[in-house]
Amino acid sequence: MIEKALKGSSVYWGWIIFLLCLIGAGMMAYLYQLKVGLGITGMSRDISWGVYIAQFTYFVGVAAGGVMVVIPKYLHHYTKYGKIVVFGEFLAIAAVVMCLLFIVVDIGQPMRMLNVVLHPTPHSMLFYDMIVLNGYLLLNIICGYNTLLADKKGVPCPGWVKPFIYISIPWAISIHTVTAFLYAGLPGRHFWLTAIMAPRFLASAFAAGPALLIMILLFVRKVTKFDPGDEALQTIAKTVCYAMIANLFFMGCEFFTAFYSQIPGHMHTLEYLFAGLDGYGNLVPFMRAAIVIGLFGVFLLLVPRIRRNPKGLALACASVFLATWIDKGVGLVIGGFIPNPFETITEYHPTLPEITIAAAIWGVGGLIVTILYKVAISVREEQARV
Amino acid sequence: MSMDRRKFLKAAGLTTLVGLGGKGVFELLRPGAVEAEMAHESHGHDKHHEQEAGPKVRWAMLIDVMALNKEKIEKIVHTCHYLHNVPNWGDPKNEIKWIWEDEYEHVFPDSYNEYNHILEGLPFLLLCNHCDNPPCVRVCPVQATFKRPDGLVAQDYHRCIGCRFCMAACPYGSRSFNWLDPRVQLKKEMAHGRKLNKQFPTRMRGVVEKCNFCVERLAEGKQPGCVEAVPDVMFFGNLADPNSNVRKILKERISLRRKLELGTKPSVFYLI
Repeated sequence: MIEKALKGSSVYWGWIIFLLCLIGAGMMAYLYQLKVGLGITGMSRDISWGVYIAQFTYFVGVAAGGVMVVIPKYLHHYTKYGKIVVFGEFLAIAAVVMCLLFIVVDIGQPMRMLNVVLHPTPHSMLFYDMIVLNGYLLLNIICGYNTLLADKKGVPCPGWVKPFIYISIPWAISIHTVTAFLYAGLPGRHFWLTAIMAPRFLASAFAAGPALLIMILLFVRKVTKFDPGDEALQTIAKTVCYAMIANLFFMGCEFFTAFYSQIPGHMHTLEYLFAGLDGYGNLVPFMRAAIVIGLFGVFLLLVPRIRRNPKGLALACASVFLATWIDKGVGLVIGGFIPNPFETITEYHPTLPEITIAAAIWGVGGLIVTILYKVAISVREEQARV
Repeated sequence: MSMDRRKFLKAAGLTTLVGLGGKGVFELLRPGAVEAEMAHESHGHDKHHEQEAGPKVRWAMLIDVMALNKEKIEKIVHTCHYLHNVPNWGDPKNEIKWIWEDEYEHVFPDSYNEYNHILEGLPFLLLCNHCDNPPCVRVCPVQATFKRPDGLVAQDYHRCIGCRFCMAACPYGSRSFNWLDPRVQLKKEMAHGRKLNKQFPTRMRGVVEKCNFCVERLAEGKQPGCVEAVPDVMFFGNLADPNSNVRKILKERISLRRKLELGTKPSVFYLI
């Protein structure tokens, strides 16, 4: 099937070449990082995780979000999702690959990566993260490829794939739960030490993943002959809306606990992120914007007239995606390190090579989505012709 | 009924799985917790059996804050960083620290007393606390950092993958990461007269390091380098032995430990 990705318009090839350039630039930057060390990034003794781990965390969410089309299709037999469930799975594949790459570029000794397998450590959450992420990648490859292949041949999906589809549902929940547990079990990091971390991660994931899916499908509908169906898009939009409301509610819960209890350690990071602390406030405009943009996105989704308009829907989904990205893909990880264990503040400024590497991984994600979607759409277009 | 080896192993495995063998699933998530709990229980029942219940050796460090001064601190830091070939990067972004000085309000950020400033001016030395219940050991995905039976929290520079999970987990900011190649910096310093300690390895970039309680000196029956440098200020001994030097001092002096509320049980005590 993959040969379908080799036939495309000049715009398609232009896009592919653009992504390859992005990836090439990132690879050069990564070679530089391999040679010199992680010192080329903006990370420091105080901010020991930066852009890479923040992006990793965000894209685990995007990957898990795919399950929001799998559940209605396979647990509730919602047939309107029949044609698009494979797009959710393919998006998950790209997102998980991005996650794995973000981990690889973040570690100081990538050649020793297999130590995680050679010395399995069941009391480390990173050990479980390795298992669930790789497992989720495999599950989505199995499910996505086989459902599409069956569609192409015009036969029902083979029975042996079904169990894998059902396993992939709790598995999706697990990847983001374990990722939340990376943070939520660390003593002394007040901002992360919250039982609501995993639920909040899942809520923002179920908003961000489907929001991205809608945006891509709206684009696909515009440039190809494949129509995902209005009703399907509207139903996903409702999922995005509910999940985003839950996410904002959970965020409000964090604010309540911190500021009603008035415990300084619990308030400090939130103060730093949203108001500035001791004269430091690099992230304040972004975090405030995230709240406003997030509320704006929810408003757009709540008004049926706007939601049904493709432009309104695209804007709403872009808002939700951006708001959750700032909140989780920037503020959450960086914020956890501020203030540091000595209650002093070191701020974080990502460097150009660091951003180039991160952009390249986005490029890899874009390339995987492009190729897989091209294949899937070609199959769908053939079906439409028949 | 006779039980052959095979059957016995099966039964042992099963009971361990369900937690009947003393260590259950909780042990997997909280290494050391069960031993600590068991030791604690037997303490309650019979104080005379204290020694038998817990580990025989648990190394601890006592720092007499009242006896410290600038000169001694310099000597301590220099001795340690010389012994362990710790480079001096001279900038906070890349710096590696095994032992260093900070103010009371940073060392005990939750214990600020606005009506009494006696402690504020005092110098505090910071180092790895070699916690009895170390979060860094819990999170390390490759057991590159691990707790030894004598209580030391050790770091294997050859196994560390540099994920820095331990740095996020340490509530004391005791861990440093080699963001750049430390050997390059050491060479630069050697050009300016720095000496290399040939008895201790240098590290490569991309791994985490921290105070090791001079495990290499303990193996030779010596005291840690800092203690040897200022024997009237720092004391090192066996916390598990009620008759040890450190236990005697702890009985007499008031001592502080950092962030006790987190349950990490630090082994570094500050004598006031």
